[in-house]
Amino acid sequence: MHFSNPSYLVPLLPLGGFLINFLFFRKRRDVAPLLALLAVTAAFGLSLWLALGVMADPAPKLDSLDWLSVTNQVFGHFSIQVGTLLDPLSALMLVVVTGVSALVHLYSLGYMHEEEGLARFFLYLGLFTFSMLGLVLSPSLYQMYIFWELVGLCSYLLIGFYYDKPSANQASKKAFVVNRVGDLGMFFGILFLSYYLGTANFLELGPKLAGWPLFGPAWLPLGAVALLLFMGAVGKSAQFPLHVWLPDAMEGPTPVSALIHAATMVAAGVFMVARTYAVFDTALLSSVDAPFVVACVGGFTSIFAATIACTQFDIKRVLAYSTLSQLGYMVLALGVGGLGVTAGVFHLFTHACFKALLFLGSGSVIHAVHSNDLRQMGGLRKRMPVTAWTFLAGCVAIAGVPPLAGFFSKDEILAALKETGHPGLYILASVVAFFTAFYMFRLYFLAFEGEGDPHSHAHESPATMTIPLVVLALCSVAAGWASLPGNGRSFGDYIHFERGAQVQADWTRATDLAAVHPEAQGDYRAATALWATPLDGAKGLSSTASAAALSATASAAVPVAAPVPAPESRAFKLDLGVAVPATLIGLAGILLAFGVYRRRWVDPARVAAGLGPIYTLVYNKYYVDEFYRWMMDHVYYAVSGAIAWFDRHVVDGLMNGLAWAAQFLGAGLRKAQTGRVQAYALGMLAGLLILVFTAMKLLGSY
Amino acid sequence: MIPGITLDHYLLLSAALFSIGLFGVLTRRNAVGVLMGLELMLNAVNLNLVAFNGLLHRSALGGQMLSLFTITIAAAEATVGLALVVSLFRARRSVRVDEADLLKG
Repeated sequence: MHFSNPSYLVPLLPLGGFLINFLFFRKRRDVAPLLALLAVTAAFGLSLWLALGVMADPAPKLDSLDWLSVTNQVFGHFSIQVGTLLDPLSALMLVVVTGVSALVHLYSLGYMHEEEGLARFFLYLGLFTFSMLGLVLSPSLYQMYIFWELVGLCSYLLIGFYYDKPSANQASKKAFVVNRVGDLGMFFGILFLSYYLGTANFLELGPKLAGWPLFGPAWLPLGAVALLLFMGAVGKSAQFPLHVWLPDAMEGPTPVSALIHAATMVAAGVFMVARTYAVFDTALLSSVDAPFVVACVGGFTSIFAATIACTQFDIKRVLAYSTLSQLGYMVLALGVGGLGVTAGVFHLFTHACFKALLFLGSGSVIHAVHSNDLRQMGGLRKRMPVTAWTFLAGCVAIAGVPPLAGFFSKDEILAALKETGHPGLYILASVVAFFTAFYMFRLYFLAFEGEGDPHSHAHESPATMTIPLVVLALCSVAAGWASLPGNGRSFGDYIHFERGAQVQADWTRATDLAAVHPEAQGDYRAATALWATPLDGAKGLSSTASAAALSATASAAVPVAAPVPAPESRAFKLDLGVAVPATLIGLAGILLAFGVYRRRWVDPARVAAGLGPIYTLVYNKYYVDEFYRWMMDHVYYAVSGAIAWFDRHVVDGLMNGLAWAAQFLGAGLRKAQTGRVQAYALGMLAGLLILVFTAMKLLGSY
Repeated sequence: MIPGITLDHYLLLSAALFSIGLFGVLTRRNAVGVLMGLELMLNAVNLNLVAFNGLLHRSALGGQMLSLFTITIAAAEATVGLALVVSLFRARRSVRVDEADLLKG
């Protein structure tokens, strides 16, 4: 097989490191970590080189084999591709995954230095990196699903890394089981998609969907497919109501939290929705408003988690809820489609930088203080200046203060919400931005400022840990600039999602309808109104392309061809109406945190007491875990008890009855087996005579 | 061909031989007797084959050929059968077939 590019080497490098370590250096604390670091650093270099190649030529490059190939009357030709798909989206993910992974490997050299299972830790990290890279390079949903499960397995192994700690064991099991719920939906989504559309290969989705009937009997499945696929994203990206596993996943070592549970694996859900964006888009136009459901789930999760983050005292839990909230932000952006998807992916990119930074920073703090409790920290800025300054950079970035990374991506999300006409979601996202700024600076002030413990022996971490912090801090400052126009090319020019094909399809349909209904001649809206609502479901449809199409319809007397919008730059456009309020909101959140936790305008404990039951509710994470526990104890066990009874008594009873009947018959028949040859011969004679007489009777010669 | 003796006579003789052999196989307690019964049955079949060949299809030789084969096989069968009887006797000090019932259920 001839490869068009060496992207297949990127996952194979960490896999090679993993295999060599597994076979030869399983117990070698000195060799295994360095080999793993070397492999993933090489993968990072290769990814950068590939990304530069993609920037020069953004056309998707597919190297694949047909793993399963079926030709029949239902699908025509159906095949499952396995291999690599290199396009701007996967190139971005390659760089993010290998970059964060390499830094986390380096960081872990210092952080995990004293751990018993150091080599085992690096084995798992290598396996995870391989799986995640295989996921982002997948050319089809089937390959993606395989690696999707592999990253889930690595997540399970790494959460339960301290396997002698019961809480870590429980957390790893919880993560695995909760993810299973989402993955089941995703798997059904993949199967239904294959059945209805006849393909699950990403490059074939668009062309196949372009011919999808927007009305008629085929409309329902696509919405179901989109929602089922989204279930997988809800599990992996920890959206409400399957978010419960992510905060508990903090039982794993902190570098793992940074790599898997903040920067890469949890973003896989967002990545998957972006990859299958055409399905959601077509579902919106032809079926139920699946993208709106996506937006609502994301929006709810972001505000839900942001409020919890304001009340927690475990430094990693605050960051975990912050991650939930930011993932909700991305999912919210995905749900509004078009520009929003671009913004969501961009936020994925910037978030990977600053959230990995924040987690690694918190790891540095935990390493120094030997505690996760914010109340036992304070005044750490003087003791560990590098950690403090880099952490501050991460906080400012996530709070959305220009010109750091978070500002650009949040601004794009807010702009997309505004442009697509979702005022409610826009306000919601702004409130979340306020909470984000507040809880991040609450964290910063509690940990690094103030008096602190004068007897503390906390000191700065070693260079292996501070170098990744500094690198990530620089990324957190600069990552947002990728969306600025440079050389006429920006982030959005490479990675963008449009409704182009759909708008075209709309036009074709409108033309057809106008031919059938002459009274609606030339009137796009009136024509579509004849077949009722679904286009109103497309209220989110107002990316530049479709807006242009709609306005053109109003004036066009004869709908001929879709007007192709002039290729404008997709670079960051500063909309002061969005950027100024967003920045002010972020600054207000910082100011409030400064006032409460630095200047002590009010005592937070008294505010908490004043809020009474509301605070208790939020502090206890809205009792979702308790609710699930109750559901388990009262509903789940009752239902499964009934099913178990049915199984034991009816199904097993049937089986036991059959077995008993066979035994009874056998006991009777065994008497016939005397062991005497002559008795058998007599039986044969009798049987033969019966056959002969019967034959003679039937043939009539008797 | 003997005048006055038709195919029916041969068949009746053959059937009688077969029945006597079968009776011996089913009733003899001595394994050697059972083997002798078997020989009778085989010879009844041979008689049948030769009779059909001689009286119905004189030009064909299949029946005679087949009976030659049968005689050969019968010799082999007798050898193996008697060897079995000898080893049965060595194992159990008896050649009564009704006592050789170890394979009963």
